[in-house]
Amino acid sequence: MRYLPKSPSERQEMLAAIGAQSIEELFQSIPEKFRLRTPLALPGPLSETEIIQYFQARAAENARGYTSFLGAGVYCHLRSVTADALVQRGEFLTSYTPYQAEISQGTLTAIFEFQTLMCQLTGQEVANASMYDGSTALTEAVLMAERLTGRKRVLVARSVHPEYRQVLATYARNLGLEIEEIGFTQSGQLDRAALDKTKLADAAAIVVQSPNFFGVLEELPTLGEAAHGTGALLVTSIAEAVSLGAVRPPTEADIVAMEGQSLGVAPCYGGPYVGVIATREKFVRQMPGRLAGQTTDAEGRRGFVLTLATREQHIRREKATSNICTNEALYALAATIHLCLLGKEGLREQASHNIAKARFALAELEKIPGVRRVFTGPFFNEFTLEFPRSVKMINTALLREKIIGPYALGTHYPELTKHGVLCVTETTPRAEIERMAVALRRILESPV
Amino acid sequence: MRKAGRHVSQTEGLIFEKSATGKRGMELPPLDVPPVDPAKALGREFARDGVRGFPEVSEIEVVRHFTRLSTWNYAIDLGMYPLGSCTMKYNPRVNEFAARLEGLAGEHPSQPAQVAQGCLRILHDLQKCLLAITGMDAVTLQPAAGAQGELTGLLMIRAYLENQGNPRKKVLIPDSAHGTNPASVVIAGYEVQNIKSNARGQIDTDHLREFVSGDVAALMLTNPNTLGVFEERIAEIATILHERGALLYMDGANMNALAGITRPGDFGVDVMHLNLHKTFSTPHGGGGPGAGPVTVKKMLEPYLPVPTVVQKEDGTFALDHNRPKSVGRVRAYCGNFGVLLRALAYTLAYGPGIRQATEDAVLNANYIRKNLEDLFDLPYNLPSMHEVVFSDARQKAHGASTMDIAKRLIDYGFHPYTTAFPLIVPGAMMIEPTESESKEECDLFIEAMRSIAAEVETNPELVKTAPHSTRVGRLDEVAAARKPILRWKPATEKEKELAHDA
Repeated sequence: MRYLPKSPSERQEMLAAIGAQSIEELFQSIPEKFRLRTPLALPGPLSETEIIQYFQARAAENARGYTSFLGAGVYCHLRSVTADALVQRGEFLTSYTPYQAEISQGTLTAIFEFQTLMCQLTGQEVANASMYDGSTALTEAVLMAERLTGRKRVLVARSVHPEYRQVLATYARNLGLEIEEIGFTQSGQLDRAALDKTKLADAAAIVVQSPNFFGVLEELPTLGEAAHGTGALLVTSIAEAVSLGAVRPPTEADIVAMEGQSLGVAPCYGGPYVGVIATREKFVRQMPGRLAGQTTDAEGRRGFVLTLATREQHIRREKATSNICTNEALYALAATIHLCLLGKEGLREQASHNIAKARFALAELEKIPGVRRVFTGPFFNEFTLEFPRSVKMINTALLREKIIGPYALGTHYPELTKHGVLCVTETTPRAEIERMAVALRRILESPV
Repeated sequence: MRKAGRHVSQTEGLIFEKSATGKRGMELPPLDVPPVDPAKALGREFARDGVRGFPEVSEIEVVRHFTRLSTWNYAIDLGMYPLGSCTMKYNPRVNEFAARLEGLAGEHPSQPAQVAQGCLRILHDLQKCLLAITGMDAVTLQPAAGAQGELTGLLMIRAYLENQGNPRKKVLIPDSAHGTNPASVVIAGYEVQNIKSNARGQIDTDHLREFVSGDVAALMLTNPNTLGVFEERIAEIATILHERGALLYMDGANMNALAGITRPGDFGVDVMHLNLHKTFSTPHGGGGPGAGPVTVKKMLEPYLPVPTVVQKEDGTFALDHNRPKSVGRVRAYCGNFGVLLRALAYTLAYGPGIRQATEDAVLNANYIRKNLEDLFDLPYNLPSMHEVVFSDARQKAHGASTMDIAKRLIDYGFHPYTTAFPLIVPGAMMIEPTESESKEECDLFIEAMRSIAAEVETNPELVKTAPHSTRVGRLDEVAAARKPILRWKPATEKEKELAHDA
């Protein structure tokens, strides 16, 4: 087997050195009745060529050649071959968690740069070395708010990504956390009228996403005021990180939970992505996840180490701030390299292209009779449309034209079956937007 | 020192220190729709004028910067990582290629199942492989890493017991367990009850009988345990738990000792997680990503997280969200698909031959043990599986600790072994070579360890001040934690002046 670097005679030599007659002897501590007598029923072994053939065949069964207008938490943005080539350097790809700082300065320096970039992007003071993804980052942010306030009730906007809310509900169930959902207004923003004094009293946090699941930006300054007025924290989820190239950072938020997939990470059918938690400096000791910090060696040379580990499970065990151990380091590195390449101007330009293209698409689609934009608050690259028929039916017809249509809101919002969220990024060609508009018009003109 | 020699490494600052206004490393294609002023489109109160402090550098500077940084890392591609319990094995490159194929990397997780059949089949094929290897009945691939797998398994235990009328209160954890175990127990809403290992580093079954009351939901057991020893009374342990209505959770961190040899499903395990970045070769990437699939026995199947990946009667694949007893979702979408895909590529490469990998892993550990046990203290003299745990008891007499020896290994061209874990061995030196090491690499490691043992006696200072060959020496961790500097900040004008004067 090509991955195993031993000849049969070397195996015999090693067994002899150990003083064992056979390899079986090394497994004698396993009770005999539990030792397998027959080979496992597994496909393979496959050569490298066959492995590639298997995966190419699977790739052909997916949506290659389709144009997608899906966003809803995962975004198709530009990625660079330069960044991908760099993350594939074996010294990054195949290295361990940088506990041994002297031989991990590459990874540690990059994490320190990642933390810095995430602070700059979110307008926060500290950011960690990554969480699993946006959904678990938000959940951990809420648990952090609970620890910081000592309160158990959390007000969560219904306009937060439905799958993020589901993850939060799973974690909250056994921790005595009470989740109360807050609705939205016609603007698509959180219904502030619902945030009366009784609701806010004893709340640990107000939790919103911006841009939210409908694509609309939330008014964070007023939400921050409302939260802070009663001693609650404002937790802000950001699922579309590219928006921060043009949108004011959530400086009013006490904890930001971000999905960094937009920053050069492939959609890859759901992961791996890169979650981030960023917060105020005074809250750092309640933060989950690894942190890299700057220090010096005995000769005064600058170096980096994993620090404040007394928050973590390998030191504190059941008293840790979280059970997270493995994070998404390689994708934090990918995002770091991507952002360094893109730079200040590149990110600004990318964000402005998203804004322009989304508006072009909206204008084209609104020309179609019966198609109407709802949720009129400010938006970045996603917007919600109401159609004259169910989005599911429309999407089935669009699929025949090799177009993956809007995200059907009816799945998670029973009152919105005719509503869909469309996403247009800098990677969506104008011609495809126009083709979509033509196809949609034809579909809606045809009898049901 | 046959393995390592010196060579020049490049000095490099932080990327922010190279930034100059107007440089850039990436350009966008021209905008093909009418331009829009962002501040007007968003409204002034929502707009931002660029990200302050963001780097402005060219492509070649980015390439050099990260290439230089990379050379400061140790990596599996450079040599052996004898990290016990971490299973740092070879990460096949074909897996990287497969994960980047057009038609896989670009797929959106919310796209309709009819245009995601390839992704769903990959997940379904992996599910079948993991069930065959573990001997269990049902599986979820959703957890993002081992620790989340632990939590998911515990939530399923809780839901199952709740359904029977009483979720119970406690989960038993041996003192040799990984730190994630107790941390996960707390999030699942249980209390941790620590139990002491016996003189053989294993679960004391008499002791266990006393502990397993009607309050105990489960025992979380790593098998082989963190001493690298197979729990010899595993069947009895399972029976004690099952007789009292409690469940056996197995932490699969050490599955690399078992794959193809024995199946946890056969020796009484009810639920277990796997670490795909350990046993299944997906790259550790400097700390992640991982994936933590959980396999369970039939009675726990209704409680799997939503959605599950199923094959329909017509042979097509789908996501099943309609599972009323499910514990819910633990992560958005279907988990770390890219990691799961790589694990399938690894499994397909071996097929049933995965047994040979396990045999070689155990062979390497025993070979290293045999060649070092005359010089290092072996606190538990029991048959080793894929790893061996020595202690620094003999070297400590000369003032050198497990950490000192570990740091000295760096000078010999190796990554340190795991130090100070498991907690039941004071001064632990936990060594797991994996199957990826040749006899030659094992011999070099043995030679290095023997040489360091001699240095401890003749020149302990050399060991205590190691490493001597790295870019930086031992770093001041106390200072890092006392006054944390967690991000770069531009120097103030005053600091710049001072630096200039100096």
